[in-house]
Amino acid sequence: MSYLTINRLQKHYDNYHALRGINLSIEEGEFIVFVGPSGCGKSTLLRTIAGLETSSSGKINLDGQEISELAPAKRDLAMVFQSYALYPHMTVKENLSFALRLAKAPQTEIDEKVRIASTSLQLDTLLERKPKELSGGQRQRVAIGRAIVRQPKVFLFDEPLSNLDAALRVQMRLELARLHKQLGTTMIYVTHDQVEAMTLADRVVILNAGQIEQVGTPLELYRQPKSRFVAEFIGTPKMNLIPIDQIDNQGDRLALSVGGGKTSFPVSRLQEDINTNSTLGIRPEHLALVDSDGDLSGHVELIEHLGSEAYAHVRLSNQQRIIVKAAARSRIKDEQQVHINIDTDEIILLNDSDRVISMIAEETVYD
Amino acid sequence: MKRTITRLLMAPSVIVLLLWMIIPLSMTIYFSTIHYNLLYPGSTRFVGWLNYDFFITDPAFLTAIGNTTLLVGSVLIITVVLGVALSALIDKPFFGRGIVRVLLISPFFVMPTVNALVWKNMMMNPVYGIFAWIWQSLGLTPIDWLSTYPLFSIIVMVSWQWLPFAILVFVTALQSQDHEQKEAAQMDGATSWHIFRYLTIPHLSRPITVVVMIEAIFLLSVFAQIYVSTNGGPGYSSTNLAYMIYNQALLQFNVGTASAGGLIAVVLANIVAFFLIRAVGKNLTV
Ligand SMILES: Nc1ncnc2c1ncn2[C@@H]1O[C@H](COP(=O)(O)OP(=O)(O)OP(=O)(O)O)[C@@H](O)[C@H]1O
Ligand SMILES: [Mg+2]
Repeated sequence: MSYLTINRLQKHYDNYHALRGINLSIEEGEFIVFVGPSGCGKSTLLRTIAGLETSSSGKINLDGQEISELAPAKRDLAMVFQSYALYPHMTVKENLSFALRLAKAPQTEIDEKVRIASTSLQLDTLLERKPKELSGGQRQRVAIGRAIVRQPKVFLFDEPLSNLDAALRVQMRLELARLHKQLGTTMIYVTHDQVEAMTLADRVVILNAGQIEQVGTPLELYRQPKSRFVAEFIGTPKMNLIPIDQIDNQGDRLALSVGGGKTSFPVSRLQEDINTNSTLGIRPEHLALVDSDGDLSGHVELIEHLGSEAYAHVRLSNQQRIIVKAAARSRIKDEQQVHINIDTDEIILLNDSDRVISMIAEETVYD
Repeated sequence: MKRTITRLLMAPSVIVLLLWMIIPLSMTIYFSTIHYNLLYPGSTRFVGWLNYDFFITDPAFLTAIGNTTLLVGSVLIITVVLGVALSALIDKPFFGRGIVRVLLISPFFVMPTVNALVWKNMMMNPVYGIFAWIWQSLGLTPIDWLSTYPLFSIIVMVSWQWLPFAILVFVTALQSQDHEQKEAAQMDGATSWHIFRYLTIPHLSRPITVVVMIEAIFLLSVFAQIYVSTNGGPGYSSTNLAYMIYNQALLQFNVGTASAGGLIAVVLANIVAFFLIRAVGKNLTV
């Protein structure tokens, strides 16, 4: 049995079914990230694990012990809140040591733990300050430090970086990754930010409307989404989804007519039979602009230059709009006629019920 | 140029306010230095400090000072302690919370005179008061509260009147307390008592300061309750400074001495305010 197991967890609010049967196993030391659209139940799930919300049914086991009925303090979890939730009338030191003091730990042990935590988070010089005399990033570090000194079995983070500015967010993200490496403690992390999810996570849990849509490593989710929802949710800009107009079976390859052009797909990579009304998914980074003889063609409606790359918003000959990643300094102009090549290894096929029916091309999985 | 115009435009209101304050004050100062008794019209000779001397050496003076201190202090303690406790209790949702809140606030809207009459005739009356009934049903002799414990009775009435104010301020303050802080404390292993002690009380320190300052100002001049219920008696046992001044001016018709008393009260109030602000005011600046 794994370290943290969540079994058929349900949560009903007065008139809202927020968690609809969550099953999840987490191994010790894993960094798990919950992502999903706003209101899908990420915070609710995290707070139910923490014990701040009572579950309607289902079980949570941690380290061989059933914790779903225990009080939050008894679960041996520590949580870092989005608003930091520092105690405003206490100094940094008092904030850090609050839990230990309540537990009546010996003073020498308290001092030692506070010292270790404050050194590793560079809070040494701030110990006598009150929270309101700290910057956002420093407050965040105190909140993390408060969790660390308790040496919990699992850390819970609810969008801990969302109140920080972009530069600080990157810095704190690295710091969290370092911390996870150093402590080796299991962490569960809720975020809106895909970059955080992809860079921090050992495994990502994608939630949708109170249910788990897919669990997997960041790369698995990127390369082998199970559904249209995951395919669209992971990756910026979004994956292009183009309805397939016609399918011709040509032995070991399928010839696909899409978006007023043509491409092909190896039959060996199909998980099940393909029917009409299927959709082809291809990420902007797997499309290439070419001078002539492309799989698709269209004209550029708008080009966005991001410095390191550019995105061309193209209207295909059948009026469908797609996004194509282009070189940083491409000289493409709005309204220009373009040809597009599809990297057939990266094509994903979805059936008419929005499930993915293709597999990744084997040779490119882990190169 | 612009400044002159602004000043000119502000002048009428400033002048009115100034006169509003200066005229009564200077008249009081003037009265306090002359012999001015309504029983001896025509006699308005200058007497210097005599009125002050007369007021301070009055045997009631020290009693009145003591009573005022006791009254203000007790009511402050009662309203703050009970106010914090009650507002913490009604902060959590429960059935009928809205009605309970309204009931808790309502004494504030009762006029002081009515308040005193209600307590005097319906609660504390030794024959048909509710307390008398309770005492009787317990087999005890009913107590004549107003004559046995006059100052205590006044303290009860005034506390009853001012408790709602404290509750009103504290309930509002509690609503602004951060919910996630309490949850964080809960996860840190804090019990409800710990949360109350280490988060709620510090959070309320500023509202408590405000309540103490505002109440102190009004409690120094409590009058109606005393006038309606005990008339400052028996003896001087429930006479405070405000009632003593009234006593001088309108029962003994000695306007001169009453004015002197009024000025002494002003000075005393300022001393209290000074120490109060020194002691608790620093809470307000941060
Ligand atoms: N106390 C509550 N009472 C009723 N419904 C609630 C309550 N708290 C949350 N919900 C509902 O439960 C759903 C999930 O809420 P939750 O806060 O878990 O979303 P989330 O995934 O964390 O969203 P976000 O990314 O915006 O933080 C939402 O639709 C919300 O309206
Ligand atoms: Mg949330």
